[in-house]
Amino acid sequence: MSKVLNFTIDGVICMAEKGQTILNAATANKIYIPTLCNLPGLKPRGSCRVCNVKVNGKFLTACTTPVAEGMEIENNSEDIIDIRKSIIELLLVEGNHYCPYCEKSGNCDLQAIAYKYNIPAPRFPYQFPDRDIEATNGKLLKDHNRCILCKRCIRGIKDEDGKSIFAFKRRGHKVIINIDTRLSANMTDEMAQEAMDICPVGAIIKKEIGFKVPIGERKYDKEPIGSDIEEIKATTI
Amino acid sequence: MGQKLTIEPVTRVEGHGKVTIHLDDENQVVQTRLHIVEFRGFERFIQGRPYWEAPVLVQRLCGICPVSHHLAAAKALDVIVGVGPDNISPTAEKMRRLMHYGQFFQSHSLHFFHLVSPDLLFGIDADPAKRNVIEVAREFKDLAVQGVMMRKFGQEIIEATAGKKIHGTGAIPGGINKSLSIEEKMKFLIGKDPLNVDQMITWAQGALDLFKDYHKKNKNLIDNFAKFPSSHLSLVRKDGALDIYHGVIRAVDTEGNKILHDIDYQDYLDYIAEEVKSWSYMKFPYLRSLGNKEGWYTVGPLARLNTCDFIPTPLAQKEFEIFRAYTNGKPNNMSMHMHWARLIETLHAAEMIKELLDDPDILEGELVRKGNKTIEGVGLIEAPRGTLFHHYRINKDDQIEMANLIVSTTNNNTPMNRAVELVAKSYMNGQEKITEGMLNAVETAIRAYDPCLSCATHALGKMPLEITLYNSNDEVIDIKRSE
Ligand code: SF4
Repeated sequence: MSKVLNFTIDGVICMAEKGQTILNAATANKIYIPTLCNLPGLKPRGSCRVCNVKVNGKFLTACTTPVAEGMEIENNSEDIIDIRKSIIELLLVEGNHYCPYCEKSGNCDLQAIAYKYNIPAPRFPYQFPDRDIEATNGKLLKDHNRCILCKRCIRGIKDEDGKSIFAFKRRGHKVIINIDTRLSANMTDEMAQEAMDICPVGAIIKKEIGFKVPIGERKYDKEPIGSDIEEIKATTI
Repeated sequence: MGQKLTIEPVTRVEGHGKVTIHLDDENQVVQTRLHIVEFRGFERFIQGRPYWEAPVLVQRLCGICPVSHHLAAAKALDVIVGVGPDNISPTAEKMRRLMHYGQFFQSHSLHFFHLVSPDLLFGIDADPAKRNVIEVAREFKDLAVQGVMMRKFGQEIIEATAGKKIHGTGAIPGGINKSLSIEEKMKFLIGKDPLNVDQMITWAQGALDLFKDYHKKNKNLIDNFAKFPSSHLSLVRKDGALDIYHGVIRAVDTEGNKILHDIDYQDYLDYIAEEVKSWSYMKFPYLRSLGNKEGWYTVGPLARLNTCDFIPTPLAQKEFEIFRAYTNGKPNNMSMHMHWARLIETLHAAEMIKELLDDPDILEGELVRKGNKTIEGVGLIEAPRGTLFHHYRINKDDQIEMANLIVSTTNNNTPMNRAVELVAKSYMNGQEKITEGMLNAVETAIRAYDPCLSCATHALGKMPLEITLYNSNDEVIDIKRSE
């Protein structure tokens, strides 16, 4: 049997297996820590930093930090919530996120976290970047306006040989995620759907069948994000 | 040298419009123009977006009748996805129709109770402080409650079919994304008083009676105010019945002769053109066969009842017969009869809702169909305010390349200008001051068309207007504003 570690989150006594990340251990202990770039089954990258927690006074990403015996973790303190909110707000102003006509609305993690953290409007000025849509692929549409560069698609959607169908293009603030024309040529409908589902926002859209899920039946229509995990309700300020 | 008079309605959502009236040296009106800032921006910023987004995106044009835009776009896309509006599944068509009749019912009810009833109950000449919906609520409480409930009923129908009361997602290219649940159906059919369809039918009849009673007592005003000859255009069902969801385009001249013979709206560009004028952001549509001088036409409730041969529901048909007999079967050109026509349509919408709720297809069946994609499609629908055209062309990557929208208010551009001109002439000639009476009259004339520019003022039943009077040297000599 693997070693059991004891630790606390916001004073609640929790247990974890050795090697488990804070995020996974929190989930096992029914405590919700928000994430955007993380996806169970994929190697964590700690890139979006929405899962920031305070460990013994230091900010660390919960998705990449393993639990250590006796850790005291803060998940819901005011400063952590403010950092998370500011990250979400930065993402919202950095792209062009128009929920009213986005097909992912109601299924979008970014929108759901913004609702959960009660963000009526970002504190930062909108950047309104001039971005394109990549529409030449027969099955998928890549809307660069909405991409938050979380790399879930790069890590999660691969062809039979294990090669990523999505890849970075350009550098610095001009970086975008592109669909590899050659590798995606034989993409199946299922793969296209998987790619759309893996994207936490509406940056990957399966072509032609839009808005098929009625309002009221979308993922976050009934319960806020994290409700499936959460037993101890987080305060959201 | 002449004088110029400006009336400026300031609205929140759709931009603003203004009326300019030019006077000559004898203070006679020589020219009147109604300027409305329209929504042309949508046609540009939808370019590049994937086509299936259009029904959800373009409905943001309007907060009062978004369903019309939603459905007109979906109908155009039915053509693009190779299904065509005649071929969507029965469930999809009936759900869309239910949504549309729900919206007609709520929009027409709102217009009548909030905007028109203060005029009917207190008189058009009453003090504006009295002539508003708040005073109606105070003095005619039951009627005000009816108005609120009728709107609510229509909105709940929209919610049940589109997912939300405003800006839903129900219609998708080639179909619909849901059917009605049995609970929803029963709620609307036999739900708790007062929100069931039979009550709605009764109240719609009551509103009609209220209008007819007012008409009897105020014949001169209702029959002669802003009356002018016009052609009329609308969709009609292929057999000539009133149909606000689908059909062919018919237009009649002022004598009732057909000037557009039930044409397929995919070919609308062969028959209808739009003229641009330097002084207005809004285009002026006209029938090509008659040219830009004579080819203008009216759309909306009055036009629909002037073009159709009958109404396919019994109670509304009876009212239609009375309405048509009033003008001996000839087209009705009395602007204030627009309210009469609107109320007959309200009754028809309620009857149609009942018929659709009773239809088993609404509860289950195929939702979406697919066909061979084409690159271009036109969707036409009768919005509460009149015929609405949506036309899209896509590129090989499924992105919208071209969009052309002709909204109801644009179709009514010339008739509204005529109505305002008539009113201005009768009130202004020989005067160089703007009177309260004129302000009210211009407002009443514009309101008969229920144009989009009045959306923002629905809540209080007022249309803020600003009139600026210019002398022959373009100098301002008077400003008047309605509060
Ligand atoms: S496309 Fe979606 S999944 Fe891929 S990086 Fe952008 S936001 Fe993440």
